[in-house]
Amino acid sequence: MSDKPLVPAIEGWFTMAAKPHLIGTRCEACGTYFFPKQDQYCRNPGCDSTDFREVELSRTGHVWSYTNACYQPPEPFVAPDPFEPFAIAAIQLEEEQMVVLGQVVKGVDVAELKVGMPVELVLEPLHETDEAIKVTWKWRPMDLEK
Amino acid sequence: MSNEIAILGAGMHPWGKWGHNFVQYGVAAAREALADAGVPWQDVKFVSGGATVRCGYPGYVAGATFAQALGWQGAEVNTSYAACASGSQALAAARNKILAGECEVALVIGADTTPKGFLAPAGGYRPEDPDWVRFYLGITNPTYFALYARRRMDVYGDTLEDFAAVKVKNSRHGSKNPRARYRKCFTADDVAASAMVADPLRLMDICATSDGGAALIVSSLDYAKKVGKSDAPRVAAISTVTPTFASGVVEMPDIATDSAAAAGIEAHSFRSMLPLKAYEEAGIGPEDVSLAEVYDLSTALELDWIEDLQLAHRGEAAQLLRAGHTGIGGRIPVNASGGLACFGEAVPAQALAQVCELTWQLRGEAGDRQVEGATVGITANQGLFGHGSSVIVKK
Repeated sequence: MSDKPLVPAIEGWFTMAAKPHLIGTRCEACGTYFFPKQDQYCRNPGCDSTDFREVELSRTGHVWSYTNACYQPPEPFVAPDPFEPFAIAAIQLEEEQMVVLGQVVKGVDVAELKVGMPVELVLEPLHETDEAIKVTWKWRPMDLEK
Repeated sequence: MSNEIAILGAGMHPWGKWGHNFVQYGVAAAREALADAGVPWQDVKFVSGGATVRCGYPGYVAGATFAQALGWQGAEVNTSYAACASGSQALAAARNKILAGECEVALVIGADTTPKGFLAPAGGYRPEDPDWVRFYLGITNPTYFALYARRRMDVYGDTLEDFAAVKVKNSRHGSKNPRARYRKCFTADDVAASAMVADPLRLMDICATSDGGAALIVSSLDYAKKVGKSDAPRVAAISTVTPTFASGVVEMPDIATDSAAAAGIEAHSFRSMLPLKAYEEAGIGPEDVSLAEVYDLSTALELDWIEDLQLAHRGEAAQLLRAGHTGIGGRIPVNASGGLACFGEAVPAQALAQVCELTWQLRGEAGDRQVEGATVGITANQGLFGHGSSVIVKK
């Protein structure tokens, strides 16, 4: 591993703590969560609030579904050479009552995943630039001994 | 007062990868529809085109482009952008014009040439664009189809064999359709031998993109009667509703669903909302439907649509498939045309191609793929940004 600094691949979307969280917003009037952040208008048709608070979303949830990428996605994805397939999961967050996509941590194959499985949010490298290692949120199954 | 309009003519340029300008496909489809209707071009007073975002500058894929190509004769024009539902929205615009008494006969038209290579978002660092974000994270279109497919497997017990059976069925249907791009009868072994793209979906589970063009000549019921076509199939309903908050199924190109955390808010499936308005508007129910043309962007998605149209209870579409009920000759044939599996998607033309198929089926002119005794057909499709449609055609 290089000694380049770890920087978020997308600025302001997640915390860089040891136990990281996605950063969303919550409508102060109706309680609807938004990820990515929304602080201009509430999309609940029964709410016209313009008052939002930045919140850390639940860092654990359950698998709604999962798949993988067997072929190299097009840009702006930055692929390692050679390309390595990776798993992707859609995660149900209970408190927020929403589903959030993300890659699954390296080394976990789709065959090891199941709908309903508990997962937690972690940070892992997405790609490297000349100056830094760009990290993103990924989902890690909590019951797999890896 | 009836809200119905008559379909006097239908036409399509065969789907393929022809590499010509899209206008050429649209003109061919329009000429076929005009000839089919027996309506002179000069009598068409409204040209309603489905649009898509590509091929250069805005407005190029537009109603006016087709009107010019067919020879400007002073008709009014409209262009509808609604992603995959563009054709249905163009049809709805024509219906409004006819029912308002502002025109008797309209041409509804859509055509597209597929660009070469991947449809990738613009470069740079643009996190405000969900399309940029998802591609940056490695999430492509098949990712979404695969998430839906895998959920069916884990929750309802669908199998890879079920998904392959959808492809086998649709390829059998499409082999009898001269307008389809792929006309080979594939086997389950062919599907299993194709490359895995996004587990559990293989290359042959996922639809291609194609060139193609489709057109309809529609009129008031009075005009249809006047030209001796009072028995022409009728558009009985057009639904182009948006999702209802909170939309609970993650959709392209988003990275997350709506949140249903607010009091009084429930999560809804957009797909299942689309046909509700169509059934209500037509005053019929799923039990009245003879056949359905649904948007099989993937094999597994066809099974979702069957349930969204309430042709099977939730989770039971695969049982309908296994019993052979969704094939021609079965109880409720689905994608008798061959569907997207045999056509590939030509976005602004696709929703109209679905209506063309229903028109021929209801007239009993579908040849070797005829659904015997068909009286009511329904379409379903969905695209980006909360666009989707469901159209009901009846005899």
